[in-house]
Amino acid sequence: MTDQESIVGRGAQEGSRLFREWYGGLTAAAERGAPTAYVFVMGSIAEILRVFDFCMVFPEINSLQTAVRGVAQDYLNQAEEYGYSTDICGYLKADVALQLRQGAHPMGRIPKPTLAVVTNACNTYIKWAEIWERLHHIPIFTMDVPGARSAGEEPRCGSEELERDRVYVEAQLRELVALCEQLTHKKLDLDRLREVLSHTNDMSRSWRRILELNQTSPAVFNALTDGTIFLGVANALRGTAEGGAYFRDLVEEMELKASRGIGALPEEKHRLTFVGVPCYPMFRRFYELFAEWGGVFVNSTYLSFAAGGLNLGYQYDLERPLASLAEGILMSLRQSMDAMFFQDRSLVEMAQSFRVDGIVYHPIKSCRTVSTGLADNRRAVMERYDVPCLFIESDMMDKRVVAEAQLKNRIDAFFEGLASRKLRAQARP
Amino acid sequence: MMFTGGVDVGSTYTKVVILREDGRIAAKTMVATGFRLAEAATCAFEDAIAAAGTSEHEVAYVVSTGLGRYQVPFRDTQVTELTANARGVRHFFPSTRTLLDVGAQTMKSSRLDERGKVKAFRLTDKCAAGTGAFLETTARYLGYEIDEIGPLTATSKEPVAIFAACAVFAESEVINHVSSGRAPADIMHGAIVSLADRSVQLMKRTGIEAEITVVGGIMRFETMVRVMREELKTAVNVPPGDLAQYTGAIGAALLAQRRLEKRCGEAGMDGSSRAACSGSAAGFSR
Amino acid sequence: MAYAAGIDVGSTQTKAVLIDEDQRIVSRALVDTGANVVTAAEKAFRAALDGASASEEEVAFIVGTGYGRYRVTFGDAQVTEISCHARGAVLMFPATQTVLDMGGQDTKAIHVDPRGEVLDFCMNDKCAAGTGRFLQAAAFALDIPLGDLGPTALRSKKPVQITTTCIVFGKSEILSWLARGKKVEDILMGVHRSIAVRSMGLLRRVGVEPQVTFTGGVSRNRGMVEVVQEMLGVTLNVSEESQFMGALGAALFALDHIRKSRTATKPPVGKSLGAKEGTAPA
Repeated sequence: MTDQESIVGRGAQEGSRLFREWYGGLTAAAERGAPTAYVFVMGSIAEILRVFDFCMVFPEINSLQTAVRGVAQDYLNQAEEYGYSTDICGYLKADVALQLRQGAHPMGRIPKPTLAVVTNACNTYIKWAEIWERLHHIPIFTMDVPGARSAGEEPRCGSEELERDRVYVEAQLRELVALCEQLTHKKLDLDRLREVLSHTNDMSRSWRRILELNQTSPAVFNALTDGTIFLGVANALRGTAEGGAYFRDLVEEMELKASRGIGALPEEKHRLTFVGVPCYPMFRRFYELFAEWGGVFVNSTYLSFAAGGLNLGYQYDLERPLASLAEGILMSLRQSMDAMFFQDRSLVEMAQSFRVDGIVYHPIKSCRTVSTGLADNRRAVMERYDVPCLFIESDMMDKRVVAEAQLKNRIDAFFEGLASRKLRAQARP
Repeated sequence: MMFTGGVDVGSTYTKVVILREDGRIAAKTMVATGFRLAEAATCAFEDAIAAAGTSEHEVAYVVSTGLGRYQVPFRDTQVTELTANARGVRHFFPSTRTLLDVGAQTMKSSRLDERGKVKAFRLTDKCAAGTGAFLETTARYLGYEIDEIGPLTATSKEPVAIFAACAVFAESEVINHVSSGRAPADIMHGAIVSLADRSVQLMKRTGIEAEITVVGGIMRFETMVRVMREELKTAVNVPPGDLAQYTGAIGAALLAQRRLEKRCGEAGMDGSSRAACSGSAAGFSR
Repeated sequence: MAYAAGIDVGSTQTKAVLIDEDQRIVSRALVDTGANVVTAAEKAFRAALDGASASEEEVAFIVGTGYGRYRVTFGDAQVTEISCHARGAVLMFPATQTVLDMGGQDTKAIHVDPRGEVLDFCMNDKCAAGTGRFLQAAAFALDIPLGDLGPTALRSKKPVQITTTCIVFGKSEILSWLARGKKVEDILMGVHRSIAVRSMGLLRRVGVEPQVTFTGGVSRNRGMVEVVQEMLGVTLNVSEESQFMGALGAALFALDHIRKSRTATKPPVGKSLGAKEGTAPA
């Protein structure tokens, strides 16, 4: 193996290490009672919070980690015993249990919040934050980010409507700044903000490049498994030099793999798109159900809506940091929240540019927001473009509604279809 | 000798207990409820009387309970299962403060005060998650009779995990396990563990206070009680033998005694007049 | 002349079919699956062999299907029932474009092409409402043999409306209708209609295009056939072999393998016992 080729696998390793370290940092912060901000993956406003040195906690990530580590059921049961219904978002419930356990988590200890920053990207976020308000008596900053007013219209930078909304969002950002200043007794350091924004810009450029690289065959990373590691770092280290460095290295690794034809799977047979949130309670096994058939996920809608808009490649204008941050938030939230209006279009585009053989829809019981319309979306996609689409349902947290044999049955049938489609295509002159 | 009767018309089984004046059980019977509740109750009652070697007229007071309590034509009055069971378990375990009753189709957890009165209770939520019916269907699917469940699970080394909360989804899991070649004993054991999990979860919602007593047909199975003890990490009372299924009927019969005493006491009657008193209950003909 | 075999290990019954190289069914067998799936598969296979007076050596390739397909330890490959029912249906009724399969554990609607290839499918595999399980539950609740359900339901003049979505409540609903004096046939027809309505949902999601073929154990129920036909507004193809459709399809995939290995220069691959991975049908 040449020196160059030793970087293959670095991203996954480094990513896991950074992630563990980050949790180590959280544990330390919990111990010393450091100022902490609870934020969400869609609209974390990390850039401002970093400037004020808040320790960043992502409850959604904490929750999914309990599922990956096989202890989610314990947390969910505790929340249900406390009174929460089985129908409620699994992420929220696991977090309630986490709070009740004073932050005891398989990855370490999660610090208590000093404040929480919430957007309307998901309506559950708003009620979730109220729980923290009641439990910890902390200020909740709720940001109202206007969505698109006409269905099917993608937001355009520089348009009058967007500009009006941007002014509204910027005004709220200034309020957030004021709150942070009050809580930390520090003034906003604009230079520091510019620095943080430039790191995000960096990460954004890299992220776009990485997503794009999977257009090659064989695909260089698996959007489902590797993608989750990358996403973890993208959120946890957003706006940091470390985050920037990680993604630059990742680009290097992926470009190398692409040039050498080193794929995520030893033998790539079917290229797939994943729509939805992964099945964390059965993470490894779920991946295997596809990998066994040579199926690799070349892209995933999750990598867009859960990446805080990084995939848009929006570059913050450091000359007008707050104004540009406001615009970026607007664009990225619009893309995640409003995605369902024009997702069929973007899925077809992705399928074409990535030469995808099939699309896998994975609605989850926990979340109606993410799962809404997927059945119709699938029909719409199949009408626009001749691509087989599989529909499998489970959950991202709750093992009680994940049934492996039923999943396997549908997945196997899907691959049987893909395989014979390919054979027929090959047989044609 | 005067007797009282307790008739517990459950969703799946109807139980009758004939109690002697001294509180000992003269006879107990059980029939499948089916869909003709009054018939089932009457049938079980007649069997019980015969087994007690007595006649209808000697049964001075009958209290009915269970979901079909209003369909017992020969009753003197009816009470809810919660009340009847609370009374029944205190007969065996007077210090019971937490009571879990796993029936064929519902599961109830109740907290009792020091006098044995129900002060809080919870029923299973939306469906048959964690009920006797689940064990029955699982056993049937595996090719076993209900009474074989005990001996079957005794041979299991390691329970197969069953996650689904819904009894129907859990049945799919059972089918999948069979399809994967898992041993029936382990699957049955897994079903019991799953049931025990649900029970404990329900109990936590009403709060758990010593002493804990568990009743219901499935508590006849040693594995079930053992698993519950392991999960609760504390002592758990269970009525002896098959009496775990009769606590409702026993409680009803005990309440019948109390009613009788009250009525006769009020009338200022002595023991010899009680027999006359028993037939004059207003309303219900037998 | 070699035989090809298909073994369909279902949740309640295991079916085996032997076909010859002209795709003709030579024998078929049905056993209760019970708790030991491996034994059930073997028993069904033996019974099919006996039925054809054939020996094991004459069977060149065996394909397992159904939930228990990986337990057909003596099989050569596994194919999902979705693909198998599609294949079987098109052999029996070449103009089939839609297949409705109602089994013991799940119900599926499959959109097929003229070759029997699956174009799309939609399944109800978690909820028992809308599957044979509801019928089994009704049979048990009413203490009526499964085979009598259809004929009894067809005698109904005033079907009852079963409103509950979950079969656990469905059982209680059945009993409460009885307690209210409703006739057994009217209640049963209500149960059949309730199941059929769920299938309509699946069929619509996959797109109904004639001809529609009804397969699986429940298609043997004349009552269900009538109800589904009425709701769809389309005549259904129902084969005598409808219960064996999955096994037949599996046998057809087995035959593909036999033919493929004949045209290849290499001799056919030996039997791989307990093969875990599915292989693509030829």
